[in-house]
Amino acid sequence: MQLSINGKMTELDIPEDMPLLWAIRDIAGLNGTKFGCGMAQCGACTVHLDGQAVRACMTPASVAVGKKITTIEAMQDDRVGQAIQAAWQSIDVVQCGYCQSGQIMSATALLKQNPNPNDAEIDAAMSGNICRCGTYQRIRSAIHSAAKSLA
Amino acid sequence: MTINIARRGFIKSSVWGATGLIVAFSIPLGTRFMQVAAAAEADKPLPAPNAFLRISKDNTITVILAHSEMGQGVWTTLPMLLADELDADWKTIQVEHAPAAPTYIHTAYGIQITGGSTSTWSEFDRYRQAGALARALLLQAAANTWQVPVSALRTENGHVLHGKQSLSYGQLAEAAAGLPTPKQVTLKTPAQWKFIGKATRRLDSAEKINGTAQFGQDIQFAGLKTAMVARAPVFGASLKSVDDRAALKVKGVIKVVKVPTGVAVIAEHYWAAKQGREALILDWNIADADKIESATLVQQYQQLAATRGVVAANAGDTTTGLTQAKHTISAEYVLPYLSHAPMEPLNCAVKITDAGCEIWTGTQMQTTDQAAAAKICGIAPEKVTIHTQFLGGGFGRRANPRADFVSEAVQVALAANLPVKTVWSREDDIHGGFYRPMFVHRAEIGIDSNGHPLAWQHTLVGQSIMKGTPFEAFMIKEGVDATSVEGVADSPYVKATAHHHVSLHSVESKVPVLWWRSVGHSHSAFVMESLIDEMAHASKQDPLALRRRLLKDHPRHLATLNLAAEKAQWGKPLPAGVFRGIAVHESFGSYVTQIAEVSVNQGEVKVHRMITAIDCGLVVNPEGVRSQMESCVSFGLGAALKSEISFKQGRVEQSNFHNYQVLRLNEMPIVEVHLVPSTAKLGGVGEPGLPPVAPAVTNAIFAATGKRIRSLPIGEQLA
Ligand code: FES
Ligand code: FES
Repeated sequence: MQLSINGKMTELDIPEDMPLLWAIRDIAGLNGTKFGCGMAQCGACTVHLDGQAVRACMTPASVAVGKKITTIEAMQDDRVGQAIQAAWQSIDVVQCGYCQSGQIMSATALLKQNPNPNDAEIDAAMSGNICRCGTYQRIRSAIHSAAKSLA
Repeated sequence: MTINIARRGFIKSSVWGATGLIVAFSIPLGTRFMQVAAAAEADKPLPAPNAFLRISKDNTITVILAHSEMGQGVWTTLPMLLADELDADWKTIQVEHAPAAPTYIHTAYGIQITGGSTSTWSEFDRYRQAGALARALLLQAAANTWQVPVSALRTENGHVLHGKQSLSYGQLAEAAAGLPTPKQVTLKTPAQWKFIGKATRRLDSAEKINGTAQFGQDIQFAGLKTAMVARAPVFGASLKSVDDRAALKVKGVIKVVKVPTGVAVIAEHYWAAKQGREALILDWNIADADKIESATLVQQYQQLAATRGVVAANAGDTTTGLTQAKHTISAEYVLPYLSHAPMEPLNCAVKITDAGCEIWTGTQMQTTDQAAAAKICGIAPEKVTIHTQFLGGGFGRRANPRADFVSEAVQVALAANLPVKTVWSREDDIHGGFYRPMFVHRAEIGIDSNGHPLAWQHTLVGQSIMKGTPFEAFMIKEGVDATSVEGVADSPYVKATAHHHVSLHSVESKVPVLWWRSVGHSHSAFVMESLIDEMAHASKQDPLALRRRLLKDHPRHLATLNLAAEKAQWGKPLPAGVFRGIAVHESFGSYVTQIAEVSVNQGEVKVHRMITAIDCGLVVNPEGVRSQMESCVSFGLGAALKSEISFKQGRVEQSNFHNYQVLRLNEMPIVEVHLVPSTAKLGGVGEPGLPPVAPAVTNAIFAATGKRIRSLPIGEQLA
């Protein structure tokens, strides 16, 4: 199976039904994308498929054929991703950090579609991403702050 | 402050390591587990503090952490302590986890462990001493180089200075390493601190926002296979038989092996392991398993709660006291089993060779894990290397006296004769036990017309966390597990009541239980602070005013009550439909008041704002304290509103985040954290914010609806 991950075409020898998450992690060896629930409940595995935030744990890798897969590893080369990461750092969002790849992928997708989301829009876009450390308040303010910096 | 190192008998070595100066301390061990308060005091027999730092020629200062970073921020706080004494350049600080070794034994607990909200205070001296000692050596090295007395030198930002001359720590490291270690170090006065007390951003941010931070789950190396274990569906069940033919046909499955906890499928990757596991045909012997039903269990606990158990605290005569009372509160509270559900499901990578056993995992309890692995492999503990990775959350689950997930991984690696990483699915995690034990409390409280308690009779029913662990001897005294009754037996309310009786029924069960963020306080504070509200209501008192009176001799409780009340503008009306609730609780050496602002609409609870006031003594990193308070609110609120582990026919009814629900972003209130300025002895921060969260919310619900929530989670109770 040929997948385009972070702008690179990669040939992976995997079964059709393997979720994209495991293709990315266990086969392509990109560990930034995390496993948290395996049933689209927590958002830890969020990646972009043609710019759209998807849960990689429930997306068969075959669905991603012919599409552009973007993972956390590519966010530092992305204008919006950089703004999000900078805000995350200045607001000191992270705690254990395990959910944060997914949070950043969801937040970046949000800002790409909606450069200035209000709180209700942040709720809608981000409530699928669980953080057991409870960094939610800082995530919200970091999204607002990144939006401002991009304006 | 001058600390005589010789008296404390440490400094084992100051040796030249591969990358530079290594400072190591070692103090003879004389400790009793959890002699927390005593251990912190310098004149008491000292436990074994150790510290490491490495200074490289390129000026990098690597701080080696005796504690595990699991989100609580030790990756930043402990280096701050060291950097302050060292006069380090903050930009040159790097951090790594220590290996499992006696050198890194907790200064109070006597084993290598991260827990009990102790990391900062228990390391406050050790990391500062390490910094001070290194600085003294660097000064001496510079003095020798320049042929001037040490008194003519000063240090600043990673350099030793003499007039216009300057040498960096990296330049001096090699010379410093060859010097004899000083017998004394002088620690700075608080006025000299540059880092301690200053809001400091986390040092682990960069790697945690770009995907490079390495968690146990991320361990990969050539030859490492992934394993998933099929475990018993009911606690206490054993394996009768397994048919693995279909599993072995799954592409990518390598082997199927039996281990004490079940059947392990070893595969090339997670997906194959999971599919292979699903293809196993398993027959379990559930005859001697615990086929518990939650509803029945609650009834059994309630029956027990109606009788007195083993005495935990006793004074006067509650029967007399109760007859003298103006009002009597008689209430029963029920709290469920809870899963920690850290964001990173459990995992553990193991490689066994002739040289020994290597383990990669996120653990809070290296000593026990190491000992367990050594025993299984039949080798000495020193032959077991533990590479502690970042923990994707711990909350107590990764500190298991029974070393469950590490032991199992070692068993799998041994049986498979391959390097393996066991990976738990979320379902495995939710079903996996080691829960916060379920508890029922029953209280009869007689109060006078002012709401003051005259008699307090209180019975608790729940499983003991410590029973059957190596800590039993220290933590269970005369039949009472201190962690079962903490927050009740030692409550200032109870102790001030002339007639009181607190007792405990410790229930036996096959359901494994464990400390869950804030341990016993996670249930006791909910009950105690709800009861105080019940007393306030029965005697028509303002809940804040009653607490102020009852706690008048407890200045630190009072200070947080007053600060929170002032910030919340207690007494001033809120927007229509919004109500306040308050709770205060001491745990882990810190004092926290939470004030919740809540509305209830058609049975839906919305928490708008939490005002948190904490007195945790001297604050090392105020930003870290704020983060932990936010974290405690989120964790505690999720549990109060939604989380529950329940049983049907012995099977756990929940399986993943759709039915083991936790707090989500749209439910997160605004959290305003206020710190009581304090120079008191450091307390904990990771847990103390949590206990008063649930009662503050349910007390606000009472204010809003007149309904007293006496069981958690709140769930649909208001519908
Ligand atoms: S792992 Fe995909 S949503 Fe949780
Ligand atoms: S930072 Fe730990 S789960 Fe979000």
